[in-house]
Formats: sequence, C-alpha cells, structure tokens
Amino acid sequence: MNKHLLILGGGTAGTMMANHLRKRLPASDWKMTVVDRSDRHLYQPGLLFLPFGGYTEDQIIRPTRDFMPSGVEFLQTEVEQVLPDQHQVKLKDGSALTYDVLIIATGCRTAPEETQGMLGPKWRVNVHDFYTLDGARALRDKLDPFQGGRVVVHVNEMPIKCPVAPLEFTFLADTFFRERGIRDKVTLTYVTPLSGAFTKPKASKKLGHLLADKGIEVVTDFVAEQVDQENDKLVCFDGREVPYDLLVTTPTNMGDQAVRRSGLGDDLDFIPTHKHTLQSLKHPDVFVIGDATNVPASKAGSVAHFESETLADNVMLHIDGKPLKEEFDGHSNCFIESGNGKALLIDFNYEYEPHEGGFPFSFGPMKLLEESRLNHLGKLAFRHVYWNVLLKAWPLPGISRQKRKPIEV
Amino acid sequence: MKKTIAGTEVDVNDEGYLTDMSQWNEAIAAAIAAEEGIGPLTDAHNKVINYLRQQQAAGAALTIRSMGKSGIVTTKELYDLFPGGPLKKSSKIAGIPKPVGCI
Repeated sequence: MNKHLLILGGGTAGTMMANHLRKRLPASDWKMTVVDRSDRHLYQPGLLFLPFGGYTEDQIIRPTRDFMPSGVEFLQTEVEQVLPDQHQVKLKDGSALTYDVLIIATGCRTAPEETQGMLGPKWRVNVHDFYTLDGARALRDKLDPFQGGRVVVHVNEMPIKCPVAPLEFTFLADTFFRERGIRDKVTLTYVTPLSGAFTKPKASKKLGHLLADKGIEVVTDFVAEQVDQENDKLVCFDGREVPYDLLVTTPTNMGDQAVRRSGLGDDLDFIPTHKHTLQSLKHPDVFVIGDATNVPASKAGSVAHFESETLADNVMLHIDGKPLKEEFDGHSNCFIESGNGKALLIDFNYEYEPHEGGFPFSFGPMKLLEESRLNHLGKLAFRHVYWNVLLKAWPLPGISRQKRKPIEV
Repeated sequence: MKKTIAGTEVDVNDEGYLTDMSQWNEAIAAAIAAEEGIGPLTDAHNKVINYLRQQQAAGAALTIRSMGKSGIVTTKELYDLFPGGPLKKSSKIAGIPKPVGCI
C-alpha cells in the first residue's frame, strides 16, 4: 500500500525534513511531496548583509529543487487550506492532496499592515524593512546614497524571526556609516517593545556596554500605535514620539495566511504545537516545525535544524505506532554580528539563558557571549555550511540537538 | 533569592520578579505595585493581573496584542494603568516572569 508524507513549505525546515525522511522512509511504501509557492530558496541570514552591500543576490538565492533529494516530488503552488479531519490539503487550483502524515513548515511572514500607517505612501521611501528580499533591496538602494540624519531601527512586537537581527542591523549600520565617514552626521536609535535591547541578565551584563560604546540610543517599552508618515515619526500608545529620517522597522511577524484560512493558528497564526515533540496539539497526524509553531523557542534556522533531528525520529515513531520522544529542548544557537568585523556567538534553550564558555567544545575554539573576529568569520562561513551541510540534513560535527548543560563559572 | 513582601517570604530573581507564581497573593501584588509607583490597584488593574496569571498558567505567550484582543483592556488603557512599561510592570505585579527576548 502506498502512503503519502506531505510537507508544506520548502524553506529551511521543510527542506531538511524532506532530506531526513527520504533517507528513512522506504520508497516502496512512502511517496513524499513538498509544496511551496516559490521555487527559489532564500538564505535568509543574508538579508541582514544585503542592505550594506555585503552579499550579492546570487550568493543567497538558489533553486529549491537543487536541495530536494530524488524521490521527493516538489510542487510549486499555493496552499489554499489544510483539512486535518479529512487528511487533505486543498491547493489554489482547486485540486487536493491526501496525506497520511503532514508536516507544516510554512514559516512566518512580516505583516506591516498590522500597524496603523506603516504601509502609507512613504513605505519603502523612508520607511523600510529588511526581512524580505524586496525590502532588503530597497534599503540597500536607500543606504547607498544616504548622507546623514536620524536612523531609527524598530521592533514592532514580539515574537519575531531571528530576534537579534534588528540589533545586529543597528551594530552593522554603525560600522557602515563610520566606514563611509558620515557617522557624525547620523544618530542611531533602537526602539523596542521590551524592557531593553538586552533582557537576559548574563547577556545584559556582558554586552550592555556595546550600545553606549557605539553611541546608540535605546528607547524601551515602546509599543507603536502608529507610524505617522506625514510627520516622519513613530508614535507610542502612551504618547511618546520618536522622529526619524530613515525608519528601519521590523513589522509584526505572523504565520502563513494558509494557516489562518485553515483555522489552525493562534491570534498570530502560529500553530499550537507540543514544545518537546513538535506534534500538533490538536491533530496527531500533523507535525509542525520551524517558524510556523507557537513553541517558545526562537524563530531561527538553528532551531529548525535541532527540531528537524527530533522530528525525524518522532515521525518514524509515530508511523510505527510508538510513543513520541519528548526531546526538543528549545536549543538555539546563533552568531550575532556586533560590527567592526566582529561577532558574538550564543547558545541557549528553554531552560538556560545565553551564557559564557567554549563552543562547540568546552575548550572552544569559539567563545560564547564574547565578541571576536573568529565568530564573524564563522558567521560568514556559515553560508557554505547552510547550503552544503544543513539543508541536506547532515549532522553538524560537535553540535548536538540538545543543548549541553552550561558549566557554571 | 528570598525576599519578604507584605509579610510573606517569596522567591524572586535579581529584578524582583517572583520565580514561583504560586507564592503570589493580592497583598503581594499591592506591595509590588506600590514599589513600582502603580496603584492603589483598582478592578481594572486586577482584571489585567488575573488575565495574565491565567494565560501564564496555560503556558500561553504574553503579548500586548493578545491582551488587546482578549477584550480585557485596550493597549492604550494598559499604558494608562501601568505607565512606563505596561507588560513588564503588570507581569511583576501579577507574580509572573518578565517578557524577554532571547538575549
């Protein structure tokens, strides 16, 4: 009998799951399909560098099919609706796919329409974003001739994909303007709805100085009621105002609209998911991975990578009718650009906040929560790791799916 | 660390947030509110605090948006009730963890 494993989304998480499971599900019994609206795979960390001229587009975009293993059918189409009770997914053209096991890896999207005034006539004139390819391109064209003024980097609300990226953008902007010799003509302000740019005690203590050192002003506890495009200012619900000449905003992040059409998500269209097994809380034959879940882990590629190892095991256990592993621990790991050709590295999970120490081994060679050139080189090298190792679902040497307990210092 | 608030010994973190929400009571809420320059606590404050505690107990993420959409309070009212930092102050008074980013 032929069974069908269907994956919605051919991004980081969906591609990794296709590679994991094609190796493990016998082709004689299991057909596998991946559906995505786009046939281009975007290396999303590259969007941070694109506005500063750091990458060319051909370095960060590749054909999705190049990363699909043989024996997996890739369908470029839009998902209309998931019907879990019927084990069906309706597509935009009216046809339907039936599945035995469904993996939802539809990611998240920016939703600028959620904030009053954000999409006004000056959207992408002096109100920019860098989480989309179009947005990063427009911002590159804006920054190149930029002569000076008030630059405001803004996070609209949490959770967002790659939560540290707006802060990294701020650090990189400081370096960019300095190298162009116009730093004294630019003010840099970071606006966040949280209580600070750093909110965890260890990171805050260790890294708090970076902002002052770089002359970055921080505005906290700021929830934007509107972007007042007529007067070029952000307005908070409590009446505070932050004027800008160039606003680089991170709009509200939400799950894919197909999730809403299917009634599967919470009020941000993220799907309620078991935070240790990655099974849908409502539908046992549905699993969710990556940015599409509501689990309290970061929305980041490293998280999708660690999740994919647990999820591959759990899909196999589920098919065999065995209990799932409650294994995923929220493990997240990322390089954080801090400007001047340096970067930080952080490693954390549900339980342990980012801490100091060596990585991936206790002796290093990299150091956690500390600025270094090696970490920056690691971040640049990671693009090759992403294309050649990560998407193919090969293990990363020395880096286990579950976080190692930090050594107390 | 231990701290005595309104005559009760409770566990708190460095910033004074309760680390065990079950140790909370209304007298503790009133004392933290006074420390934060909020209050005296009214029904409107208490509605928000009870909602936050319910959401936290259910494991739901706390966002300004979910509060606004819950019908409990608008975002503007939330700022009026807890000026200076609506989520961080209301969470502290409610005896639940502060909303944080990843670093």
